[in-house]
Amino acid sequence: MSYLIKGETCDWEVVIGLEVHCQVISKAKLFSGASTKFGGAPNTHVSVVDAAMPGMLPVINEECVRQAIKTGLGLKAKINTTSVFARKNYFYADLPQGYQISQADKPIVGAGTLTLDMPDGTSRDVGIERLHLEQDAGKSMHDQDPKRSFIDLNRTGVALMEVVSDPDMRSPEEAGAFVRKMRSIVRYLGTCDGNMDQGSMRADVNVSVRPAGSDELRTRAETKNVNSVRFIQQVIEFEAMRQVAIYDDGGEVVQETRLFDSQKVETRSMRSKENAHDYRYFPDPDLLPLVFSDEFVAEIKASLPELPDERKARYVGEFGLSPYDAGVLVAEKDTATYFEAVAEGRDQKMAANWVINNLFGVLSERGISITESPVSADHLGELLDLIADDTISTKIAKDVFEAMLETGDAPGKIVEDKGLKQITDSGAIEAAVDAAIAAGGPQVEQYKGGNDKILGWFVGQVMKATQGKANPGQVNKLLKDKLDG
Amino acid sequence: MMSDLTKLTIAQARDKLAAGDCTSVQLTQAFLDAMEAGRGLNAYITETPEIALQRAKDSDDRRANGECLGPMDGIPIGVKDLFCTEDVLTTAASHILDGFVPAYESTVSANLKNAGAVMLGKTNLDEFAMGSANITSYYGEVKNPWKAADGKDLVPGGSSGGSAAAVAGRMAMAATGTDTGGSIRQPASFCGITGMKPTYGRCSRWGTIAFASSLDQAGPMTQTVRDAAIMLGAMAGHDAKDSTSAPIDVPDFEAALTGDIKGLKIGIPKEYKMDGMDPAIQALWDQGIEWLKAAGAEIKDISLPHTKYALAAYYIVAPAEASANLARYDGVRYGLRVPGDSLDDMYQNTRGEGFGEEVQRRILIGAYVLSSGYYDAYYIKAQKVRTLIADDFKKAYEDVDVILTPTAPSAAFALGEKQEDPVAMYLNDVFTVPASLAGLPGISVPAGLSADGLPLGLQILGRAFDEETVLKVADVLESSAGFTLHAGVGA
Repeated sequence: MSYLIKGETCDWEVVIGLEVHCQVISKAKLFSGASTKFGGAPNTHVSVVDAAMPGMLPVINEECVRQAIKTGLGLKAKINTTSVFARKNYFYADLPQGYQISQADKPIVGAGTLTLDMPDGTSRDVGIERLHLEQDAGKSMHDQDPKRSFIDLNRTGVALMEVVSDPDMRSPEEAGAFVRKMRSIVRYLGTCDGNMDQGSMRADVNVSVRPAGSDELRTRAETKNVNSVRFIQQVIEFEAMRQVAIYDDGGEVVQETRLFDSQKVETRSMRSKENAHDYRYFPDPDLLPLVFSDEFVAEIKASLPELPDERKARYVGEFGLSPYDAGVLVAEKDTATYFEAVAEGRDQKMAANWVINNLFGVLSERGISITESPVSADHLGELLDLIADDTISTKIAKDVFEAMLETGDAPGKIVEDKGLKQITDSGAIEAAVDAAIAAGGPQVEQYKGGNDKILGWFVGQVMKATQGKANPGQVNKLLKDKLDG
Repeated sequence: MMSDLTKLTIAQARDKLAAGDCTSVQLTQAFLDAMEAGRGLNAYITETPEIALQRAKDSDDRRANGECLGPMDGIPIGVKDLFCTEDVLTTAASHILDGFVPAYESTVSANLKNAGAVMLGKTNLDEFAMGSANITSYYGEVKNPWKAADGKDLVPGGSSGGSAAAVAGRMAMAATGTDTGGSIRQPASFCGITGMKPTYGRCSRWGTIAFASSLDQAGPMTQTVRDAAIMLGAMAGHDAKDSTSAPIDVPDFEAALTGDIKGLKIGIPKEYKMDGMDPAIQALWDQGIEWLKAAGAEIKDISLPHTKYALAAYYIVAPAEASANLARYDGVRYGLRVPGDSLDDMYQNTRGEGFGEEVQRRILIGAYVLSSGYYDAYYIKAQKVRTLIADDFKKAYEDVDVILTPTAPSAAFALGEKQEDPVAMYLNDVFTVPASLAGLPGISVPAGLSADGLPLGLQILGRAFDEETVLKVADVLESSAGFTLHAGVGA
């Protein structure tokens, strides 16, 4: 399980910390009334505050504060009822103020925990150091003109939550699990849409290596702005190899900021520590310290939805699902919602099996999400009801499911139209059983000779004769009675 | 007739307008004529005669319909060119804001406009309000309407030097100023007018070009204390667009001018008696004490022990904030852009040419005191000093109601003096800076003359949001002093 890099002199362990930037879901920006909508024409969602016109002042958007608190509570973290916004000073064309309003030594959320759900069904806790609120920057476009860069300020000032983990992860898989879990939590909470492809969630990846078994923390390299789980894992793999190679050569890893090239699957130095920005943080004098009451926090806490960890525990405890199946179902809020609609009032284990074993395959084959599922939760539930009341067999149900995928029809209609209703009339089944026994002379001999497995052949014959509609339980019983008798 | 109109105070003009003895258009035209005649003082960067006459006419029409908006309706004023004014060039006296015409009106100037005030133009200032002599303006230095005995030109003080010169030179009935470390009170003292810095948070900073956000505060510059009370009432008020604006109602400041200060306790801080202080200033201070005593106030010696650290703390905090506030002037979106081979080159060229020497000096000081390794030693320590200074005042106000001090350590000096030594220039703010750091209200009232016959101001400081007591005492001081502006700057 453990992820080790073979070096020349020893095995190396990789130490990973992540800084995940999550764009906050809010109508307006962190300090201005401009819209946060994604995809507008360039520079159409920009207020005079965002453009840093002279004399303009920031005013905190309370909705963003609520969202940050909600997320903090979702991370089981300490909520700081007093926090301070600070200016992080640097020049860039898409940073109109010449500073980013962020939080430095007094963030809104302190230490917390995030539980990783690993593919083998085990869990592991990763420490959260902090979460703070800050403004996003605009977008520089360098490919619009041969000589000039264009600037789009639509994203400027949109609220970001930066979640900083402790350096607690030891493999690319764990880092992937961290980001997926983070995404799951913010989606449950409705605080961030988690869409990494649109940049609304992205990570800075801090990697260092150390001899396996050691507890030192060596110099780390930070790779900025990585925007998919796969890329994050590739960064870690590349960085681990690169750093081990440096140590093997007797060199030292330098503290620096690196960029990921997803085409070449490598990281490259962006700036070294010597050239690192001195951000000259200081409290923003345009803003008073952000202060709210414990009651405000309690009110938000009371409105929290059930989160993936609690939901998983419920599925395991109440529904008797395996931790793995429960983990798979709760990972995405939409999946869990779908599952619960199917499971409501039905056999939950059976519902889980159908969702995981039948529906998921179709979804991934078609590359669609559960909200786009061709089979609605109501229809799938109805199908389970048809099985439960012996209208159809499990085997026929699979055919009905295929037909549901094709037509989108309700299962009852398909069963009706295709005449798939299970034959439970013992006379009809008996006739088919008798015919099968009569036709299978050698097989009868084998059965009598002690080959129990040959029973399956008879079942197959009966099913063939009834187009699979005979109730399998009745068929089995009758066959045994007649062959044994 | 016209020149008489320019001598009116706001209170007098209000009464004349109400009585139908004159119109706002007449008042406004008189000031526009005076502005033209007084252009040599360079008090205005931009004159706005069309806007002025239109607003004056609107005011007269309102009045004719019985819809007067209050005491400021029809009053012609100058607006410091640090306040953004919709569709009117706004420069902060800096090259870097070349051609900048805001699409919005600052809250303070909008409040005045909504109260019916008539904007005559945008007054000159030190670049980005950084200076104490109004010699750092890209649009040229401002001259004080008062002349030295030998006829030499004098500075008007700064940074609101254009506003002070306009009011003293009767080119505006009143003007807005901003005060970060003394930028209203010191030029008021130098020009023989009244200047008030209200409590931090009393006037909105929204739309006022920022110098040092935790210190900047707008205030009135007027001929009299009564005018300051009237004008402040129109400027002040809570503004949800400024997070540091205080959610406190605006009282009727003029109503506080009862003339009765019997039993009020006046503090005299021993730390403001500086070695080598101009004897005329010490004498005036003593005289002020006598006047207030004679009016029935009780005089108490007090101590503000951390005063001596105020200037040093101020010249760390203010530049630190300025270094970030001025980062937005980067040539990308508005104002001056001087091209370069790369983004960094463009920044360097634009900011190198766009900012004057004093602004560059303060940006450098600010960046330095915030930089890694120096932050604790400078910025954090200065903030601690700031807290101690605020505590000094808090303690003092347990025993006294207001504090009386000189406004500035000297009278106006000649243009060209002190220019080579920034530190000597910074000393101008020594009496005004402590109250700025503590966010407290202060007013400078012209109270007498120097040996050379130049105006000198006395400063009254008060408790936070107790402008009423400050104005009440200032009013008594003004009556006792009997200072007349017009004796100094011609009939």
